[in-house]
Amino acid sequence: METKKNYLVGIFDDSDKVLHGIGHVREQGVKIEEVFTPYPVHGIEAKLGYKRSKLSVAAFMFGALGTFLAILMQVWMLGIDWPMIIGGKNFVSAPTFVPVTFELTVLIGSLGMVGTFFVLSDLKPHKTPRIFDLRSTDDKMVMAVDLAVNKLSENEIQSILQASGASEVYRKDFE
Amino acid sequence: MEVVSTVRTPLVTGQKTVHDVSEDICHYVEAKPNKLWMFGIILSLGALGFGGYCVFRTLWDGIGVWGLNKTVGWAWDITNFVWWVGIGHAGTLISAILLLFRQKWRMSINRAAEAMTIFAVICAAQFPLLHMGRLWLGFYWALPLPNTFGSLWVNFNSPLLWDVFAISTYFTVSLVFWYIGLIPDFATIRDRATGMRRSIYGALSFGWTGGAKDWNRYETVALVLAGLATPLVLSVHTIVSFDFATSVIPGWHTTIFPPYFVAGAIFSGFAMVLTLMIVTRKLFSLEDYITIYHIELMNIIIIVTGSIVGIAYITEFFIAWYSGVEAESYAFLNRATGPYWWAYASMMSCNVISPQLFWVKKIRTNIIATFTLSIIVNIGMWFERFVIIVTSLHRDFLPSSWAMFYPTMYDVGVYLFTFGVFFFFFLLFAKFFPVINMAEVKSIIKANSKKY
Repeated sequence: METKKNYLVGIFDDSDKVLHGIGHVREQGVKIEEVFTPYPVHGIEAKLGYKRSKLSVAAFMFGALGTFLAILMQVWMLGIDWPMIIGGKNFVSAPTFVPVTFELTVLIGSLGMVGTFFVLSDLKPHKTPRIFDLRSTDDKMVMAVDLAVNKLSENEIQSILQASGASEVYRKDFE
Repeated sequence: MEVVSTVRTPLVTGQKTVHDVSEDICHYVEAKPNKLWMFGIILSLGALGFGGYCVFRTLWDGIGVWGLNKTVGWAWDITNFVWWVGIGHAGTLISAILLLFRQKWRMSINRAAEAMTIFAVICAAQFPLLHMGRLWLGFYWALPLPNTFGSLWVNFNSPLLWDVFAISTYFTVSLVFWYIGLIPDFATIRDRATGMRRSIYGALSFGWTGGAKDWNRYETVALVLAGLATPLVLSVHTIVSFDFATSVIPGWHTTIFPPYFVAGAIFSGFAMVLTLMIVTRKLFSLEDYITIYHIELMNIIIIVTGSIVGIAYITEFFIAWYSGVEAESYAFLNRATGPYWWAYASMMSCNVISPQLFWVKKIRTNIIATFTLSIIVNIGMWFERFVIIVTSLHRDFLPSSWAMFYPTMYDVGVYLFTFGVFFFFFLLFAKFFPVINMAEVKSIIKANSKKY
């Protein structure tokens, strides 16, 4: 059974406020669990200390796999398994394999990257997400602070969040 | 502090707040469908009914019910195929290429344009499938699957097979791109809803919460997908043009086809986006999100691509004469002055002359004029494909085989069927999905108003 999780939730009205607020909160030594925003706020990942996503590397790897599989498939089918003379050309006629190789590179590259994204971010249809505040997909920026991982007391963190520009701070517990 | 740019036209008017965006867009998803929408659905079901009968007869009796003959073996079906694929080019162009160029005006129109792309590709795919006659064997004929012929594999040297890969990749990647963009917006609808709607949109939103880490990954995915989709968009119509360009038929065997087809595709795609967006904007009162400025920018793209297409027509004609190849020169002369001169004249006037009207600012910022011209452009683009395909085929190599093509009721009916499919899906999309990318629009509202 999962233990009870206790959070302090800070609501910010504006993306600029939350950007300044994160820096302030972290300077005071408070560990932030996550900040939820209704739209991508640029610069927030740097403030939170997140590294650049490596998903583009995944895309490249899957793309390379696509290229390899496409060439393998075409060479094997037309060159080895059932060679046929088509238009008097070689069995393995490289220029005519370009379009299919390109398309499969793009197909496997993008599907692989998106699949990796879904796995990393744990996105799936039957998931019940932990939502701190329903307004975080509408117009508010929501900062969640896990009380268990912070040494400071609840009251101290509450006042830090308020001093950092949060318009509302409240406690939220999850089973 | 309010900051209002003096150099840039605002992309969203009406002093919207971030909350207003959710309200304006979700409102239509949550409300009961209005009468106009119901009327549209009934109309498209009508087209599906009559068209469905024609599709049934095509499958039951065979493609002999179409107007094809021994000489003209490709006509309405491939014309419609190329026409729909062309229309399907605007969506991914808007969302991928304009994303790479950081054109923020794409944000209010990309969702609907991508939906249109997906539905147009579905419509396009029906024609090659139906032309196979035995639809149910299509998988074995078109895909490299092990089969009972030995396995006799598909021919990777054939442009028709490249087309199968190009169209299916384009469809899949566009669908994925579109869906990734929809996830945060489904989460917005989920968090406003209760009961059944909450669980449906909850499942559709894949448990999205909008955490900073997820947004970071989301933006990387969108950027890389745009990078992958950009050459993909250009490759699709290039490969479609290879169906003709790699053949030896006079009038088809031209190296200008790939760029000329791509420009034509963007041209007709934007025209269809305008046709649909002007109606959607009115139906859902989105005048503050899709402004005259958006319409003007799309019209500018129509002038550019329309002029490229015009120059391509003239170049083609000149090269046909300059090459000194008699068959080639005849094919082009026959296009302009032969029995299908009226199709050629419609193509020239709709595609080359009519978009030039958009040089006048009054016309390109006028909604009724834009709507009319957007339909004229798509009529012209249909005739372009008809001219290329039918006039090149109907004068066969032997004069004794010369023939004419006349469509039958079934040709028209199958075309009507795809219209039914297209509008039925588009109307469902417009009602149940957020027609504007809320998350992206929210980010630009912020960029041009308040600062702290």
